[in-house]
Amino acid sequence: MLQAGEWAYTEKLKEHFMSPKNIMQGENTDEFDGVGMEGNLQCGDQMMVVIKVDRDTEVITDCQWKTYGCASAIASTSILSEMVKGKTLDQAFHISPKEVAQELGGLPDNKIHCSVLGDKALRAAINNYYVRNGMDDKVKQEQAKTICQCMSITDHDIEEAVLKGARTYFELQEHTKLGTVCGQCKDEAEVLLEKFKHIHFGA
Amino acid sequence: MKVYFDNNATTPLHPEVKKELIEAMGMFGNPSSMHAWGREARANVEDARSRVAGFIGAHDDEIVFVGSGSEANNTVLSLFVCASNQCIPGTKMRSSIITTKIEHPCVLETSECLAHRGARVKYLNVDRYGKVDLDQLAGMLGDDVGLVSVMMANNEIGTLQDIATISKMVHECGALMHTDAVQAVGKIPVDVAALGVDFLTISAHKIYGPKGVGALYVKKGIPYCPFIRGGHQERGRRAGTENTLGILGLGKAVEMRQLEMEAEEKRLASMKAILKKGIEERIDDIYFNGHPTDSLSGTLNVSFPGAEGEAILLYLDLEGIAVSTGSACASGSLDPSHVLLATGVDAERAHGSIRISLGRESTMQEVEYMLDILPKTIKRIRDMSTAYIKGGTHAASR
Repeated sequence: MLQAGEWAYTEKLKEHFMSPKNIMQGENTDEFDGVGMEGNLQCGDQMMVVIKVDRDTEVITDCQWKTYGCASAIASTSILSEMVKGKTLDQAFHISPKEVAQELGGLPDNKIHCSVLGDKALRAAINNYYVRNGMDDKVKQEQAKTICQCMSITDHDIEEAVLKGARTYFELQEHTKLGTVCGQCKDEAEVLLEKFKHIHFGA
Repeated sequence: MKVYFDNNATTPLHPEVKKELIEAMGMFGNPSSMHAWGREARANVEDARSRVAGFIGAHDDEIVFVGSGSEANNTVLSLFVCASNQCIPGTKMRSSIITTKIEHPCVLETSECLAHRGARVKYLNVDRYGKVDLDQLAGMLGDDVGLVSVMMANNEIGTLQDIATISKMVHECGALMHTDAVQAVGKIPVDVAALGVDFLTISAHKIYGPKGVGALYVKKGIPYCPFIRGGHQERGRRAGTENTLGILGLGKAVEMRQLEMEAEEKRLASMKAILKKGIEERIDDIYFNGHPTDSLSGTLNVSFPGAEGEAILLYLDLEGIAVSTGSACASGSLDPSHVLLATGVDAERAHGSIRISLGRESTMQEVEYMLDILPKTIKRIRDMSTAYIKGGTHAASR
């Protein structure tokens, strides 16, 4: 008879879950140079990332966080906070969820969603630093583009649906109701579907 | 310390059931065979049938052995969508089904499927304790209704329904009544005549019997059609060679429950009261879900706002404690427990809930260990939670 198997998570993830790194102590964010918050409690996950930045070199010297989230949210943000230290703001901004997942030794598909919030919050913190320091021109907007005019579905909605498990156009429609009225957006939506599948799942 | 507080998910075999199964392990005959091997198996299957029937006040020939509670529930619901005019005399014109929003997925998903196949399905609301809205039921009942299916005890929050009253209302309108009693049989007294039900679902592994076996009570004279066809087993009501060892185990499990249930359930109720009081005293900002009194004696469902369920479950697992959660993250979907949402609990409370379900092997030492570990676990998670930062939802309550 076999003994209990491991969790659905890698050892690396388990390690970061058991002893998360760089959790922000207390409640005061004033001492940090940039603060980013994403998600909300009703959806089951929320993430806050705070950073300290060396003004001359724009290098991140400290990164701390808090989360309301599951094991993968905790572990992926813990590892992200390690990854960004010593990186420039620009380098840190371009860390992708996939790199975080790789660093953890992989994530189950249905958990990718939980790890995306961490780097979203990091990007929000970086933008917040730029705004605070009068560098509004550097703020990188992640402007949503409307793909389905009828149902007002954006590329962000498509990405979210992919993260929640949509793999085919039909599943995308089930998740978002996209293309259920005039259907003119089908081609563009399919291209984006493939793109996000590739970005997040290497498919 | 190893603490198994997930007895609503499944239970360990009762030692007596285990003993009986080990002794019977050599029994391999097919109960349908006329020779000695077959007759041995037949005798044991029929003995188990009598025990199960006796335990719920039914006749032996009203018990159909099946592969699981889910199969029993699928069987009953599927009776009511049939294209044939021959199959279900008397109910063939009545294709509406009423069930509740807090049923087990095997009822909800089957209902959805039947709706796609032409049935009209209506879902009853529950109040904040998980009790079915009887006024709403009265309004829904009509000539078109063929079946009403209401679970007797809820697996997540433990709330008990007044099945006898519901049965009476259902029969007055000429429909049939089913109750999924998987969490009830063997935990509270169940008598089919007193309840007045036409169908009732039982599962073995929730009451210290083996997995992969259950029973469906079908009242004598009620129209019936097999869900699994192609064999004369179970008087033509469920094809497939009988799971003889499983059935034997179910029979023994029921016998042991008959002996132990009353005292055992009292013991669980007092342990739950201590657990509840301890949690209340040691952890701030908590909510108990389910009915405060009309509930399974071993089931305690509690929400810890600001702490996410899967994280609670896994940190407890690291300490050797097993519980389950209504959190979406642990289940693979992104929606939290449909049961908690149906009781009006907001999504955050549903995401941050755990279910503690005690069983016959649970001890006071385990309850004390839980009361030691749980507050530390919740504190640890809340300390890293955004819900408690300045301006956060729960910042003021700390």
